[in-house]
Amino acid sequence: MRLKIEKRHENASTFSVLLMSILSVVVSLVILGFIILSLGKNPIEAYIQLVSWPLGTIAGLTQTLISMMPLLFTSLGLVIAFKMKLWNIGAEGQFYMGAFGATWGALFLFNHISNPWIMLPLLALLGAGIGAGWGALAGVMKAQLGVNEILSTLMLNYVAIYWVNYLVYGPWKGAGSYNFPITATFPKSAILPQYTANGINLGIFLAIATSFFVYYLLRWTRFGFEIDIAGDNPKAAEYAGVNVKKMVIIVMIVSGALSGLGGMMQMSGVLFRLQPNFSPGYGYTAIIIALLARLNPFVTVAVAFLFGGLIVGTQQIQLFLQIPFSLVNAFQGLLLFSFVAGEALLHYKLRWVRA
Amino acid sequence: MKKLFLPFLLVLITASVLALPLKIAFIYVGPVGDSGWTYTHNLGRLYVQKIFGDKIQTTYIESVPEGAGAISVLKSLANHGYNLIYTTSFSYMEQTAEVAKLFPKVIFENCSGYLTRANMGDYFGRIYQSEFLTGLIAGAMTKSGKIGYVAAYPIPEVVRGINAFTIGVRMVNPRAEVHVVWVNSWYDPPTEKEAALSLINAGCDVIKSETDSAAPLQAAEQKHVYAIGYNADMKKFAPNYYLTSAIFNWGVFYEKDIKEIMNGTWKPEKFWGGLDTGVVDIAPMTKLVPPQTQKLVEAMKEELKSHEFHVFEGPIYNQKGKLAIPSGKMATDKELLSMNWFVQGVVGSIPK
Repeated sequence: MRLKIEKRHENASTFSVLLMSILSVVVSLVILGFIILSLGKNPIEAYIQLVSWPLGTIAGLTQTLISMMPLLFTSLGLVIAFKMKLWNIGAEGQFYMGAFGATWGALFLFNHISNPWIMLPLLALLGAGIGAGWGALAGVMKAQLGVNEILSTLMLNYVAIYWVNYLVYGPWKGAGSYNFPITATFPKSAILPQYTANGINLGIFLAIATSFFVYYLLRWTRFGFEIDIAGDNPKAAEYAGVNVKKMVIIVMIVSGALSGLGGMMQMSGVLFRLQPNFSPGYGYTAIIIALLARLNPFVTVAVAFLFGGLIVGTQQIQLFLQIPFSLVNAFQGLLLFSFVAGEALLHYKLRWVRA
Repeated sequence: MKKLFLPFLLVLITASVLALPLKIAFIYVGPVGDSGWTYTHNLGRLYVQKIFGDKIQTTYIESVPEGAGAISVLKSLANHGYNLIYTTSFSYMEQTAEVAKLFPKVIFENCSGYLTRANMGDYFGRIYQSEFLTGLIAGAMTKSGKIGYVAAYPIPEVVRGINAFTIGVRMVNPRAEVHVVWVNSWYDPPTEKEAALSLINAGCDVIKSETDSAAPLQAAEQKHVYAIGYNADMKKFAPNYYLTSAIFNWGVFYEKDIKEIMNGTWKPEKFWGGLDTGVVDIAPMTKLVPPQTQKLVEAMKEELKSHEFHVFEGPIYNQKGKLAIPSGKMATDKELLSMNWFVQGVVGSIPK
């Protein structure tokens, strides 16, 4: 007897995709449970902590939504790029550049504007615009010079992060901050409307609204149609009259603009000031989210929400079970790993055959 | 009326808290196994847990991301009934202040920042005094006259430490230089090690670490040059070349702070304790340090403790040789807290 891997001929149904997704979460939770058990802690208690606070209480749910916001903007940006099989790894950098743009506008360019309804759209435009420019850099390099976008976007992340660090450690250091690396606080007019004391802000709703926009863009516009065919087969797209080079640049611009907008929302909605390392890698987590959501904008909302809950929930496990931080990373890795394995099982089947 | 109300409220809160164990949480910037900064804070936590026994209940969370990540941890702790929360990095200061506003009944303490609120204090140690003492040792031990300093971030806390260290070095060895390399991280062992190796290659024969891991000390041991640690006693990482460390004893502050809360005498303050309080110190010097140097260090330590000597007392010249603190003058705490310039003898620059 030996194991044989065969390709499945029929396409996976929506139901089996759903089942696979749920199963892979379950599988990774079970493995996590064994690791927790090996640390001498109770896994059942860990599961309760993981879910009860982030999903079961108003305060925890608020935190989940706030954690979801930056993840959602960046992953929606990636959905558009990935649809065209443009592997934009640069959401992190585009997010940083958006935050840079928002801070530039709020503290320096428009700091005399006291009406938030003029200020906020300007900041959003600036954040999205600079994020778009950052994406465009990689897009132009890909279209004109054939530079691999995985490398260029990844490296541009470092440039963006160091650029922000330079500003915060140098010329943008806030007055009265004792030379600590932190900018001044945003003026009132640059802060997004906050609906609860706990921090439910306009950005969260705009992030969800953006998913409708992305869905519309991909599903109902000529642009979305061209992304689809250019992603499936660039040669065929060229024959059909699609300017693929132009599409590469435009898609990177739109993708970067959404991540940049996320950076602006994070500044104006949650942090109100720029400081180093303000993103714990949202742009990288977004890659996982976009892929797990199978590039569907609405599913992206759900997955980003779950990952927001995961961030908040794993903090709970750490706090109340005293489990090391590395386990949090391990769990995220496990999740991705079981999804990838599940994905493979959707397309291939295992069969015992007689030797 | 309002002024009267606040102390009254605080007394009321602390009185009601007295009945139950005080629930205390610590938010760490790195892993407790970093053998440096976070490790020493965790030692402080274990110390108070031992002293107060079942009168307190402590928990911690490690490697909390700076920025929004801290907000969610802080809110969750406050919602779960924690009465006292320590955030052990400057990078959580703004978020701590924000959450403190939402939970007026919870007491917050931020380490190494500067903001205070009605229910939020600051605490830090005058580690620069210990740095000065280790500088005396480095100055006595160097043969090449070049000492390497592995520094985390170009912020006042670190700049102050480099300056105090250099003042110590120059007191015993007026022509020695302190070469600074920025790691741009508190905890990044591979980069810290690279930084130390590059300093050793440039001819430095004493390595002073200021980052959170012991990697620079391991590099020094490997290359057979002397090593001085930071945060905690790091002897085991460079057993044959280790001299001493500038160390924190956070337990001293935590004990004092918790006692004040239990007694109802807690007020938000900017605690900045020196050698005299015991919050900072230097680890026992090894046999490699000659006896006369050890004597000098002990003598200077006593003078610092009794405030007869101050590290930043003029005349002190800046890197360009210009008089920065005139004779007879002392840097004020405010100047120390925002220190943004290097003293004479430092080779390196502060990104502006």
